[in-house]
Amino acid sequence: MAAKKETDVTWKDLEIGSIVVEPGSAEQYATGGWRSQRPVYDNSKCNKCGLCFIYCPEGCIRPQEDGYYKPDLFYCKGCGICAEECPKDVITMVEEEE
Amino acid sequence: MAKRVGMEVSLAIGEAATLADVDVVAAYPITPQTHIVEHLAELVANGDLDASYIPVESEHSAMSACLGAAAVGARTFTATAGQGLELMHEVLFVASSMQLPVVMTVANRALSAPLSVWGDHSDVMAARDTGWIQIFTENGQEVFDNVLCAFRIGEDRRVLLPVMVHLDGFHLSHMIEPILIEEKEKVDKFLPKNDYPLPLDPDKPVSMGTFAPPVIYSEAKKAQEVNLAASKDVVVECWEEFYKMFGRRYQPVESYRTEDAGVLLMTMGSYSETAMAAIDKLRDAGQSVGLVRLRLWRPFPTKELRRAVKNAETIIVFDRALSLGGQAGPVCSEVRSTLYGEAQKPKVVNIIGGLGGRDVTVAGFEEIVRKGVAMAEKGSDQEFEIYGVRE
Repeated sequence: MAAKKETDVTWKDLEIGSIVVEPGSAEQYATGGWRSQRPVYDNSKCNKCGLCFIYCPEGCIRPQEDGYYKPDLFYCKGCGICAEECPKDVITMVEEEE
Repeated sequence: MAKRVGMEVSLAIGEAATLADVDVVAAYPITPQTHIVEHLAELVANGDLDASYIPVESEHSAMSACLGAAAVGARTFTATAGQGLELMHEVLFVASSMQLPVVMTVANRALSAPLSVWGDHSDVMAARDTGWIQIFTENGQEVFDNVLCAFRIGEDRRVLLPVMVHLDGFHLSHMIEPILIEEKEKVDKFLPKNDYPLPLDPDKPVSMGTFAPPVIYSEAKKAQEVNLAASKDVVVECWEEFYKMFGRRYQPVESYRTEDAGVLLMTMGSYSETAMAAIDKLRDAGQSVGLVRLRLWRPFPTKELRRAVKNAETIIVFDRALSLGGQAGPVCSEVRSTLYGEAQKPKVVNIIGGLGGRDVTVAGFEEIVRKGVAMAEKGSDQEFEIYGVRE
């Protein structure tokens, strides 16, 4: 099933009870498609405290080599918790259509 | 040797589950099913049944624990009735959709309000579309036999579905009947060990009941429907194997004295035996009346039903539940829809009775046949009649 694109999967391709036999397959699911706003970082204000990383419910904000943080937009649902919790107002939520 | 014992039907269910070597029982007591799970608790406590007995705080939890147990490949059993079945409702869908072969006896009971602990089929009908295989029984021996069959059918690799075995509350659950308890070696030969193909196993991880976006949900449901419909052949095959081994035969639709009958009465469950006695009396009086009993409720035996009624002019369907605000009782609606496309359609009339444990006697079924024939003859703007209701 993993080999096929999801739009090509037929009912006959499914395992019994639609059981998923490939571990960690949720990784392939682009929850970023749900997003209407995206977080934009202004690292000039950032003190690298990591609160955005801790609070992100999606676990999609990761520390970079330079110590700053970056959201993975493939998974980011745009909830805005990072922007709300950031003590330095580094993060601004921007409408996706902008 | 099989031994014939006088036993309450509820206790015989415990004996059947014990002979089937169930691994897990998770259950909550509710009338009229309580004696089933009480007896199982006793069997486990006395060391007669080597199973985990999980006393839970509700039927919702009972079914949840059962599907967890079935997911690791345990042979799993539970029982419920009436309100208990309704409290399980959402988890019933989960068990069938995840293809977990739980076996459950349901001591059919009316639903509140007003509160009734007595029997009818309101509980079953509310669980009709939950995706379970559903078998109706008419006496204690049939319950015992079909509990064994239910494990074999549900756990079959071609099926992998949960199975409900229905027995009428009190009219069956609390009767003391002579029951042939089959010997262990024979049951072991009939019923292979459960070997669930994709169990939860840390060494071979799988995910069950995952999230399905719109792009895949329809495919999941189509697979489920095809599987449930196809299970009928395995049900029939299992009953034939059972017949060869134990000499008692079960079929999706069973007929009684239907040869050349212009009028057919149709029943489901324990009232069928009362109806048989009525048919005998009517036949003795020269009337051309027969009885058709639905044993397999899901998957619905469309082909078999068409065959069983093809020469009838009138069918009188006896329902033990109302479809409130609907056109007829739930069984009658399905019978009408089964026959609608046929070139030669019999008249199908509906009498609803036996609600909340109200007795329908042999004389009662004779009267129902008379009434049904009259309804068919005069035609009626009324889709159904409630038998015995005081006006």
